[in-house]
Amino acid sequence: MPETPFRQSPSQTVGPFFGYALPYEGGAEVASPWHPSAIRFHGTVFDGAGHGIPDAVIEIWGADAAGGIIAERGSFARDGHVVTGFGRAAVDRDGHYSFTTIKPGPTRTDAAPYLLVTVFARGLMYHLFTRAYFDDEPDRNDRDRLLGDVDPARRSTLIAQADGEASYRFDIRLQGDGETVFLDFDAETDG
Amino acid sequence: MSTDQPPVLTQETISAEISAIHEAYRERADATRRPLPVHPPRDFLPYRSSALRHPTHELVRADPEEIELASPAFGHTDVAAEESDLTIQHSGEPLGERIIVTGRVLDGEGRPVRNQLVEIWQANASGRYVHKRDQHPAPLDPNFTGVGRLITGDDGSYRLTTIKPGAYPWKNHRNAWRPAHIHFSFFGSAFTQRLVTQMYFPGDPLFGLDPIYQSIVDPAARARLVAAYDHDVSEPEWAIGYRWDVVLTGPRSTWMEPEDADHA
Ligand SMILES: [Fe+2]
Repeated sequence: MPETPFRQSPSQTVGPFFGYALPYEGGAEVASPWHPSAIRFHGTVFDGAGHGIPDAVIEIWGADAAGGIIAERGSFARDGHVVTGFGRAAVDRDGHYSFTTIKPGPTRTDAAPYLLVTVFARGLMYHLFTRAYFDDEPDRNDRDRLLGDVDPARRSTLIAQADGEASYRFDIRLQGDGETVFLDFDAETDG
Repeated sequence: MSTDQPPVLTQETISAEISAIHEAYRERADATRRPLPVHPPRDFLPYRSSALRHPTHELVRADPEEIELASPAFGHTDVAAEESDLTIQHSGEPLGERIIVTGRVLDGEGRPVRNQLVEIWQANASGRYVHKRDQHPAPLDPNFTGVGRLITGDDGSYRLTTIKPGAYPWKNHRNAWRPAHIHFSFFGSAFTQRLVTQMYFPGDPLFGLDPIYQSIVDPAARARLVAAYDHDVSEPEWAIGYRWDVVLTGPRSTWMEPEDADHA
């Protein structure tokens, strides 16, 4: 069989100078703060030396509260009412990011709810995907297939911790102690 | 401050590291009869900032679920038509060589990626970004910001007008220069197709020296980030044209209509 001519375009780092381009007004407000089910979803991105990194940008993408996929437009022009499910936030100088969003519902009866989290950073050649599950869903988390597959010693890196009323903390460690579990959805070959 | 100066990191050292890594990947590909990876290894020391920013554990394979197989919907409410022309964002014309960059965004089976968001950012003609941390002593251009957005057409096509960015120095090693490039961000119909990359210009003498470009260990994959001059895209008395097609991840992760609705 002839090889497909449609070969993937390789990734390159987002570099250091995305700060005036990728973040946008309202990017971190997936739901407005006065939305009745608004939650804060926040954390810090750490490097292998345990330092917060100042030049990462985080994207989140999640289902609606009932677990449905959102088809609403307007992620780049928030109207204050529609929750599009997508958000983007650059970290601050200490590596901290923060979103206002809603807690998604599970998309499957046998799965746990989560937000898909994507990490881009200077020095990171190719973005990283992870999932943020929620620590107040222990029964669903116990039944979730991915959480069940992951090394139990590392499972907690995938679980956002309630750290206040309607607030969840999800730190991301790129390397080293407590390194976050990152996901490969494509079974990418590495040679 | 200590008076001990760290040894100067030379281009020679960086180039030797790059060659050694390329060679190791080639040998492993030959030995295992598997292709070279398309994407750069995240652990790529010649780009020094990668040292503490790559995971040391292997990624965990996961089956994409509904959310990963979908993508946010973007539309013309999100992006205005004029955002694809970076030369008309100010009262005057930016300095530099006016260019048109056009092409198609496809998935791994060659299907157009329709109505999806493309974002770009770049340095000005002098190699300077409008970013507070860009310390390059080259002039800013009051008529150029260097940020654009557009939504792909039904055939996956995109087209933007801008000026050719300049090469710029960076501090990875002594006398390090980035080849001229435009940063691109793409969404596919599935979030797993997300891609951020850089587009380069043909024949750049800095290609061989740049650890970011050379982080892609497969020469054929590297070549896919270089736009082609296309005389049919050039416009008489107006702009030089380049064509660059982009392919996101393959069919495994592309959107399929769910046949069973019973998971809802
Ligand atoms: Fe750049």
